Amino acid sequence: MSVAAELDGPAEPFRLSQLFYDQRYRSITLQIITIAVFMLMVSWLVTNVIQNFEDLGKTFGFDFLWQPASYDINQKLIEYSSVSPHWKAAIVGILNTLVVAFLGCILATIIGVAVGVARLSKNWLVAKLMTVFIEAMRNVPVLLWILLASTVFSSALPSPRQAPVMLGGGFVPTNRGFYVPAPVFNDGSIILGIIFIASIIGAFIFRRWAAARQARTGDILPVFRITMAILILPVFVMFFLLGMPIGLELPELQGFNFQGGLYIRSSFMALWLALSFYTAAFIAENVRAGIQAISNGQSEAAYSLGLPPSRTMNLVILPQALRIIIPPLISQYLNLTKNSSLAIAVGYMDVTGTLGGITLNQTGREMECLLLVMGFYLIISLLISGAMNIYNNSVSLRER
Amino acid sequence: MQSSTGTSGEITGQTALVACAPMSISTAAFPRTFLRYELFEQGNRKGCYPMKTKLLSLALGAAAIAMTGTVASAATLDDVKAKGFLQCGVSTGFPGFAFTDDAGNWQGFDPALCRAMAAAIFAGDSNAVKFTPTTGKTRFTALASGEVDVLARNTTETFSRDVDLKFTFGPVNYYDGQGFMVRKSLGVTSALNLSGATICVQTGTTTELNLADYFRANNMTYEPVPIETNAEAQEKYLANACDAYTTDASGLSATRSAFEAPNDHMILPEIISKEPLGPLVRQGDDQWADILKWTLLALITAEEKGVTAANADEMKASSTDPDIQRLLGATEDGFGAMLGLDNDWALNAIKAGGNYGEIFAKYLGTDTAVGIERGLNALYTDGGLMYAAPIR
Repeated sequence: MSVAAELDGPAEPFRLSQLFYDQRYRSITLQIITIAVFMLMVSWLVTNVIQNFEDLGKTFGFDFLWQPASYDINQKLIEYSSVSPHWKAAIVGILNTLVVAFLGCILATIIGVAVGVARLSKNWLVAKLMTVFIEAMRNVPVLLWILLASTVFSSALPSPRQAPVMLGGGFVPTNRGFYVPAPVFNDGSIILGIIFIASIIGAFIFRRWAAARQARTGDILPVFRITMAILILPVFVMFFLLGMPIGLELPELQGFNFQGGLYIRSSFMALWLALSFYTAAFIAENVRAGIQAISNGQSEAAYSLGLPPSRTMNLVILPQALRIIIPPLISQYLNLTKNSSLAIAVGYMDVTGTLGGITLNQTGREMECLLLVMGFYLIISLLISGAMNIYNNSVSLRER
Repeated sequence: MQSSTGTSGEITGQTALVACAPMSISTAAFPRTFLRYELFEQGNRKGCYPMKTKLLSLALGAAAIAMTGTVASAATLDDVKAKGFLQCGVSTGFPGFAFTDDAGNWQGFDPALCRAMAAAIFAGDSNAVKFTPTTGKTRFTALASGEVDVLARNTTETFSRDVDLKFTFGPVNYYDGQGFMVRKSLGVTSALNLSGATICVQTGTTTELNLADYFRANNMTYEPVPIETNAEAQEKYLANACDAYTTDASGLSATRSAFEAPNDHMILPEIISKEPLGPLVRQGDDQWADILKWTLLALITAEEKGVTAANADEMKASSTDPDIQRLLGATEDGFGAMLGLDNDWALNAIKAGGNYGEIFAKYLGTDTAVGIERGLNALYTDGGLMYAAPIR
């Protein structure tokens, strides 16, 4: 006690200059100043917005969302017409964004993993082709890919009246979009659905049982084939026993366009394919990096234990590589979702096109609409990254 | 940036630069489409794609509301005089209405009005204008945020734009109505035959709303293809990606005039809306709105009185018609001073590009490729609706 007091010397009174010259206080002082400056800037921005709204004679509010939107949207997943309110138009846009983002993430992952693995192929030609694909895709702005896809679809494909009907109505490419048969659910399709769900549960149980059996006895069953059989066979048999309850509605040319069937607009196709291929190039690089980061010793050890290459990949390499791949994969998913806001370039009505586009323009509520759109992208990005983080934790290394 | 004053564009200049860079690549990537595009745009922004500009200027517009200390509202005239040029919002390219000539200067029915205003304000300098291309979507943000002082962009006057969006419209300078253009080979003779058709429509326009109303009222279905600019619409329409293109009838004529085979296409007889097109300014500056209003009315009055760009000086010196004397500032009535301008304001405005009739004939008339009849836009004495309030 007394020794410490002597070492510190006589206690000096606190001086103001200590806030800057004394290490004990300096960092706190700087942080307080930074926060103060930041708050000042925020309040300046906010007061400016309020002031300028007053000057322009505008009000701030979200009442406009309940006014009729008065415009039509081509691709709508929920009931919507021009007399629906603006908020419903926003929902239609949000769903369109989610659809393209969701399908884009799936396709990008499939292509990305395939390309990433193929780039490591020992086949010189395959490896080089994949390198060219990756470099070409990711070094050209995605907007140009989207426009290119759209131009190709609208210029290269025939108009509906000249369109070829392929596969007996199974596929009709036109310069406005693609028509495929739509499923028609008749009586009995519910039973089929229940059987399918039961098959999934059965397959799941079988796999757990097979894994437990392997752990107990060491015998390896052909799990994949049996799983597929469990999934497909009962549904297939019941489909015919129930008298084919699920039919197909084929597209038919009527008037200006094909009617019936499922209509996939070329704006959607252009956006979806361009976003998927562009993002796939980045994912491929992540996959390659992840695989290459696993030391050769791992696969050599697996081989020396007698594991075949497929099992080495599935059981040894991939589980370790996934830990490296997933964090950058999250940001690729986020990029894809955010890049989907380029949709308006090809006339795909996503949330930027409805709420942040037409609604904004027709109501003149720039601030409100942009805040809502930004809020939506923020929330959806946080959700994606939250979900992916949970997955990442589930595959990450358990430290004991 | 098309800046006829040569002053480097401020925000908009940088915007254009950003927007131009990637597009030069695209022109190389698919030349055919964009060649057509460029051709149509008549060198407008040299093939720059307006998309990025739109995004940026939307963002900038919102940012401008957030950041600018003052939105120019009180005395726009003083601001314009202090800047030394008028900032005028025009379309991104529309044959006849707004396009750039070989030298890169903006020409057309709408820019001509801005030049007349500039001449009225800057003692005859009709080049003291900086033009900002705006899309249907960005135009109101550009005007509200003060990026442009006046918007002359074939804009339809509507209640909500006037009252809710807080703009003040000048007099109507073009009476228009929405129509449909189709290929003759479709065999369609009436808009009522269009049920089930795929229709290209520019987003952010009244056209989009009229289209929805019309099909709803007639219990017909359609597939809208939203398009950002007229050039894109033309590309889609020509590629047969839509059966019909709908916009103002004047716009259809103008667009069709740029086709390789205009006669393969027809404009359907139905006009489904009233589209009074006119220039507009921000609400709240009556002096500035008056300058816009009376510059346009002076041009119409000049046509009524036979005053042209060529004979205006002579008329001022020799005319004994009191209306012409007041118009051209031959008497000391001080009308110019009441507007905050000089006495020759109308004289200079007329000398900039001629009277209303001359401007119409030069850019839109039957002698041009666009080839539009005066119709509703003739003087009231010729059976049209152009009827200027007297200057006195």
